Amino acid sequence: MEIPYTTAERPDTGLTNGRFGIWLFLASEVMFFGGLFSSYLLLRLGATDWPRGADRLDVVLGAVNSLLLVLSSITILAAWGALRDGGGLAKARRLLGATIVLGVVFVAIKANEWQHKLEEGIRPATDMFYALYFTMTGLHLIHLLAGLAVLGYLAGPGAALFRRSPKQYTQRVEITGIYWHFVDLVWIVLFPTLYLT
Amino acid sequence: MSQESSARETGGSDGVQATPESFLRRYVFSLDHKVIGIQYALTAFLFLLLGFSLVLVLRWQLAYPDEPVPVLGGLLGEERVTEDGAILPEFYNQLGAMHGTIMVFLAIVPLVVGAFGNYLIPLMIGAPDMAFPKLNMASYWTYAAGGLVMLASFFVPGGAANSGWTSYPPLANIATEGQTYWLFGMLMMIISSLLGSVNAIVTIVQLRAPGMTLDRLPFFIWAQLVTAFLLLLAFPPLQTAAVLQMMDRLLDTSFFMPSGLVVNGEVMANSGGGTPLLWQHLFWFLAHPEVYVLILPAFGIVAEIIANNTRRPLWGYRSMVAATLAIGVLAFIVWAHHMFLTGMGTVISAFFQTTTMIISIPSVVILTCLFLSLWGGAIRFTVPMLFALAFLPMFGIGGLTGLPLGLAAADIYLHDTYYVIGHFHYVVAPGTIFAIFAGVYYWFPKVTGRKLSTVLGHLHFWPSLIFMNGIFLPMFKMGMAGVSRRLFDGGRQYDFGEGVAGLNVAMSHSAWALAAVQVFFVVNLVWSLARGRRVGDNPWQATTLEWSAPSPPIPHGNFAREVRVERGPYEYSAPGADQDYLSQADAAQVAEATGS
Repeated sequence: MEIPYTTAERPDTGLTNGRFGIWLFLASEVMFFGGLFSSYLLLRLGATDWPRGADRLDVVLGAVNSLLLVLSSITILAAWGALRDGGGLAKARRLLGATIVLGVVFVAIKANEWQHKLEEGIRPATDMFYALYFTMTGLHLIHLLAGLAVLGYLAGPGAALFRRSPKQYTQRVEITGIYWHFVDLVWIVLFPTLYLT
Repeated sequence: MSQESSARETGGSDGVQATPESFLRRYVFSLDHKVIGIQYALTAFLFLLLGFSLVLVLRWQLAYPDEPVPVLGGLLGEERVTEDGAILPEFYNQLGAMHGTIMVFLAIVPLVVGAFGNYLIPLMIGAPDMAFPKLNMASYWTYAAGGLVMLASFFVPGGAANSGWTSYPPLANIATEGQTYWLFGMLMMIISSLLGSVNAIVTIVQLRAPGMTLDRLPFFIWAQLVTAFLLLLAFPPLQTAAVLQMMDRLLDTSFFMPSGLVVNGEVMANSGGGTPLLWQHLFWFLAHPEVYVLILPAFGIVAEIIANNTRRPLWGYRSMVAATLAIGVLAFIVWAHHMFLTGMGTVISAFFQTTTMIISIPSVVILTCLFLSLWGGAIRFTVPMLFALAFLPMFGIGGLTGLPLGLAAADIYLHDTYYVIGHFHYVVAPGTIFAIFAGVYYWFPKVTGRKLSTVLGHLHFWPSLIFMNGIFLPMFKMGMAGVSRRLFDGGRQYDFGEGVAGLNVAMSHSAWALAAVQVFFVVNLVWSLARGRRVGDNPWQATTLEWSAPSPPIPHGNFAREVRVERGPYEYSAPGADQDYLSQADAAQVAEATGS
């Protein structure tokens, strides 16, 4: 048995199953983070006073991390482009590798930030600001780590698929890229929300 | 048939089907949507039985407060019952909270979506399987694991979750360990339904057989499609809420804890600044669409059975589809009608009671169309049809009694009384559960190749109908008298409750009798599986695609021949045709029908 439209597009919808599936998944992710940001708004608007994020968090580290994620979005796009235009697996793997490195550096910086806070005795229970900070960055981090795991698979053992079905492999990179852009986008909203306001 | 089936099995492109499947792959970690559907059905029916059993124990306390529970009293252990076997208040709270949780999240939704959806969607649209078989398997096993976590919670210190199925903080925040299990179980349920809903939507949009245009989709499929969107978009905010409550419980944050909360005479030592209302908003943002998740697939099942047994096309198919889509949109903007009593303000109340009145319109449209479909039909009173027919007035009672609850002024009196319990149980118990029974009787021949016994079916149906009403009808009277839903003694402690508390005895006996007659159903399933009358591929002379597949359909692939859809889903009694139904898949009949 073969499932239709796994790699070929269905003519009347113009979609492959995977591409449609990832957009649906991201729609649910929008609702998930939407719930989170709405909670942030409700709690902040209900608070009697609220600290300035810049006074409590390291804006430079946050900005560097934003830059890293934007760059990683570019590298993963380039990896997909290389596969689509016949640039070869080696080039795509190098670009996927670059994406992974950028993501790992992001995680390292984030871990460092957290560690400093914990060393200062700051916990999620300290106050509402830090409760939201740890929860929101933590949930974002989980998404990022999941993305890294998939990227690691695609650049590593998963790349064997390229020889059997280049089209399917290319689509996997594309779908992972769409997810990765979303994780990037969440951070782009999260950074000003927590660090700058 | 068997030759073709083996040809299909060996024809797999990725080599998985080239070798015979191992037992584990075939029956346990199966990728076949039909096996996964049956796994969902069996697991969810067990949870349905468990959830029902919990309330059977609970109802003893309501009928005979503080008297020892017969038989079970000695077995429940000292954490749950007194020395002589009467239920402790702490255990009563667990029974109530877990009855709701298990019934909604582990029984009904997995039955209508996981079991019926999984089994029937590919068959009814002419697809070989779901779009993502591995996600489908992951969805089932995540659900099973979540269910195990919920079961395990009964055995942790303090027992299972005991803050109601809604888990309102701050009560739930400071509740015993079982609440953490509840949250963890819910997270797994949500992940499971997310995987399932993505799968269902992609399958319906992408894998329709040639010729299966949108206006030829059976109504059941439309209902499943809208349901999947509700699951996809409404569940994630509850996931957010569950994570936040988990943070509150495990890391002492205060998302749902107001400043200066006093518990047992002591001020809580948390940082404060949170609000319990936030939970209610996030919870009901899920839980109202959830109501439509419970009812839309039931509409879908009932619609198929009514069309088949009246031998007529559905009356107003397009209106029904439009109404379903309207419900899908409106379901997201009615949630705060569960919160009129929170003091959120008259302006907000006015908004939500308006949207609530509006959403009742499409529900009435669907119900009216189903009623009108009966008009002038040559009705076959088969067992599935009996359940489907009973569904209509039962859901009608459930729906209409909801209107006063949607109006803030009336709801302030009725809120959290037995009236509310009566209302939503009419929707879900003699409503959705009857639709589930109807569906089981209707599609059992497709799944097994054998028909369920009609005699046992009648023995199951008629007493069930009577006892369902015996349980839930008195609840309206109790609720209007003012009895709160959470009272341990059924309201006897209050003067206003005393006059109606006696109804509890009749209600409890109805519940136990209802349990007893379900034996006919279980016996019927087991007996018919082994000895039931063998029937062909299409015993009901139905039109939709699943009936042109063999019974049971071929593993991995479903259909014995290429499927091409020629016409709409309900071509019953078409003028000029030589029989009273025209299958969606059959081309030959079209020539005859148009030629004459």
